[in-house]
Amino acid sequence: MNFYLTYILVASALFVFTALFTLFAVYSERKISAFIQDRLGPMEVGKYGSLQSFADILKMLQKEFIIPKAADKFLFVLAPIIIFVSVYLGFAALPWAPGLVPASLNLGLFYIFAILSVETLGILMAGWGSNNKYALLGSMRSVAQMVSYEIPAGISLLSVVMISQSLNLQEITIKQGILSLESVKFFGIWEVKELGGFLAWNIFQAPHLILAYIIYFIASLAECNRAPFDIPEAESELVGGFHIEYSGLRFAFIFLAEYSMMFLVGMIGVVLFLGGWNSPLPNIYKLPLASWTTGMAWGIFWILLKTLTVVAVQIWLRWTLPRLRVDQLMSFCWKVLTPLAFLCLFISGIWRLTMM
Amino acid sequence: MVETVINVFKTVIKGLRLTLGHIFAATESRNVKAISDPNYFAQNSGINTIQYPHVKLPVPDVGRYQLDVEMDDCIVCDLCAKVCPVDCIDIKSIKSTEAIGKTSDGTTKRLYAAKFDIDMAKCMYCGLCTVVCPTECIVMTDTYDRSMTDLSEMTYKFSDMTAEEANEKRLALEKLNAERLAAKQAIITPKNN
Repeated sequence: MNFYLTYILVASALFVFTALFTLFAVYSERKISAFIQDRLGPMEVGKYGSLQSFADILKMLQKEFIIPKAADKFLFVLAPIIIFVSVYLGFAALPWAPGLVPASLNLGLFYIFAILSVETLGILMAGWGSNNKYALLGSMRSVAQMVSYEIPAGISLLSVVMISQSLNLQEITIKQGILSLESVKFFGIWEVKELGGFLAWNIFQAPHLILAYIIYFIASLAECNRAPFDIPEAESELVGGFHIEYSGLRFAFIFLAEYSMMFLVGMIGVVLFLGGWNSPLPNIYKLPLASWTTGMAWGIFWILLKTLTVVAVQIWLRWTLPRLRVDQLMSFCWKVLTPLAFLCLFISGIWRLTMM
Repeated sequence: MVETVINVFKTVIKGLRLTLGHIFAATESRNVKAISDPNYFAQNSGINTIQYPHVKLPVPDVGRYQLDVEMDDCIVCDLCAKVCPVDCIDIKSIKSTEAIGKTSDGTTKRLYAAKFDIDMAKCMYCGLCTVVCPTECIVMTDTYDRSMTDLSEMTYKFSDMTAEEANEKRLALEKLNAERLAAKQAIITPKNN
């Protein structure tokens, strides 16, 4: 019985976290975009507008559910749930600290990638069910884009998996710091198991993983439909893309999924490349910074800090770069990212055989 | 191909540096200065927005915003209504039976303004009415923020006469006219006979 109680508690905690993160991310996105454009952003609700997103969600909760007359009701109602749940389930396998992971799966990474693909289905359902040309166009673009970009993202993650020899995210994280049971080498030459810190991160274990991370980061932007790959939403041409007909709480859930997805893809990147919950501070001779800053609370702190930094970079990129055209997007994925990702995979294989 | 990729990274980094510069400059808020200030254009960085209802930019003294009429000086000559390109001024005058008084520049007032409406929703702020006004009673003020909840509130009524007063004056005028007509008739009728 206690078993199920724990399950429910963990699930609720994750839900509360995604909800709070979304509110925070919406506020910070509005503020960052405002500062980039020399504006002030929300200022009226609360100190410096800090309660603005709470006011927004309060407004959305009170709004009416509008279902267009010609919409496919079943798909229309189900789509936001599928979109959100598929992203939310992805959080289940992510490690937060040493020994703290909602579900320690042997196939964690595979599971996350599989469950994230379901989001595409939800978006297609939303676009088709709305019976709106903009929504349908947006969802078609989204499906094409997400399916395409999963390939370079998946392959660049595979090149890390080949180095780590595990799909369990917790194990991959452990192998990137002082808690590792095996030897950890900085660029394959310098033993850094005792030093830890950022030197032991996957991204520094082999030089081609830096490239793999860049590929993954770009592909992850496309996967969560963020600018410069936001053609499914493309406010200026498609009005709002696949979520154009949604109102109230359903719209809030699509938004929740979008921002949770930002956090999720950021966190996958952090876990696989940037050391996960491992401290970025190395042990320096008599100053064991890494040993001091490793632990349950520190782990949560580090992974939050790293992931929020990645999310901040995503926001920063969104307000810097213009949107790509559909054909540019596709040729970039198939002609640049996919071959480079395959190259990384190839080097990983050779690296594993010769350097480790 | 390689060149393109390098170029992409170069331009992306350039753009990111630019936007990052703006983020860090955001600690600086705008110094609120009037346009007449010699350093008005001096500030090139920082937040540009001012929080309008709380902070206001000083406007020039000769700003051409809302129209205002000093009715004590108005001689109801109707010139402003005639010159208005969009016909936003609506004046109805009643002749007075005697001189009403004098304006501040000494012109004698002989007309009552039963109606002096300016529809600010129509006004195009050209300021022609202020130019033609012989007594300079119609002026543009520095008030620019007038938000209304109803369109009819955009019609400013400057006439200070009530309907009863206007009616009284009209009756007085009619009575005078009738008396004059009667006097005229009285002169003409014997001649005809």
